[in-house]
Amino acid sequence: MNAHTETCLLTQAQLLDLSFMEHRAHLLAIAAFLDRLERAKGAGDAVEDFRLGALRGALHELVSPQPGRVMRAQMRLSDQDLTLLDLRDSQSAHGAPQRSEGPHSLDSEAEQ
Amino acid sequence: MNYIDMHAHMVSRTTDDYHAMALSGCLAVTEPAFWSGRDRLGPEAFADYFDHLTTFEPARAREYGIAHYAWLCLNPKEGEDRELTRQVLKIIPEFLQRPTVLGIGEIGLNRVTRNEMATFLDHVELALEHHQLIHIHTPHLEDKYKGTRVMVEALAADARIEPGRVMIDHAEEHTAELILGHGFWTGITLYPKTKASPARAIDMIEMYGSERLIVASACDWGPSQPLAVPEFIFEARRRGHDEATIRKIVLDNPQRFLGQSPKFVPPQRDAALARR
Repeated sequence: MNAHTETCLLTQAQLLDLSFMEHRAHLLAIAAFLDRLERAKGAGDAVEDFRLGALRGALHELVSPQPGRVMRAQMRLSDQDLTLLDLRDSQSAHGAPQRSEGPHSLDSEAEQ
Repeated sequence: MNYIDMHAHMVSRTTDDYHAMALSGCLAVTEPAFWSGRDRLGPEAFADYFDHLTTFEPARAREYGIAHYAWLCLNPKEGEDRELTRQVLKIIPEFLQRPTVLGIGEIGLNRVTRNEMATFLDHVELALEHHQLIHIHTPHLEDKYKGTRVMVEALAADARIEPGRVMIDHAEEHTAELILGHGFWTGITLYPKTKASPARAIDMIEMYGSERLIVASACDWGPSQPLAVPEFIFEARRRGHDEATIRKIVLDNPQRFLGQSPKFVPPQRDAALARR
């Protein structure tokens, strides 16, 4: 049961009229990016990359029939270990957590 | 529609942006202290920066009928250096006295380290000591959930904190409910690439309501859009929202939050231009 049923003021048909083309383009951009990765020089050097694993995991959420897809996708791209770092490792973030095996790991699901 | 941009790093923008924002209905901006792209070398650099935020920017904005207010602090990206923090915290009170400074911000966390957390809590103490509003940054990417949780839990455990005087910014789908649920004001910053879009901001408003919720451009030197709030207004209209609801998000809510500072004057375009 979606707790937010009918909070969007437009009908599904109106939403499709308004923004189908934009999201079609977003979808194709991701598909092309994944193809580009395979064609990339040195293909295979990022097979185990944590960002790619997180991205593939998030993509699983897009085809889920359950609402809350964006929040679950966000969580797959989030560090859920609340332990403070002892020292700053870098100034900028990566966009996906560098997880090792542990209670918070979602990587195994992403590989399904 | 008239609006207030609650988070705009105008020091990194051109005067053309003030012009475009004025044409688009911007009545006021609030500018949190930020990271300039490299760590500053000493407290003197911060003194120069705080002086710039409280003299040059208000004057530049005023030329376009826009009121300019500032928040002061070390930005979270510079919070790792505890010695620098101690030096800068000593000079902030002098600048808090200036007429356009509304509070402490944008404090918060970047990589969620022990030192960053200590610096964040030092800033909170400074705000409490001087009875200032607080504007909080949450990390941008994989650290956002973690950083938001850590700060919300720390603030919620401190009985001295009045949640209604604190705004936690850069909220997204996985943090908005947590922030709102603890009674804080919630900011959604709109970015063309890395953060929430106008469409996603409207999704969150539709799901969580419009109480204590604000959108802002957060425009800075990176890929960003100083007209992000007008883009939000345009998208909200396309999504069927009425003018009163949109106005609440972009004008009434900012005025409610900022109005808790005695220095904030509800802006009116005609009055702003007449002061010139």
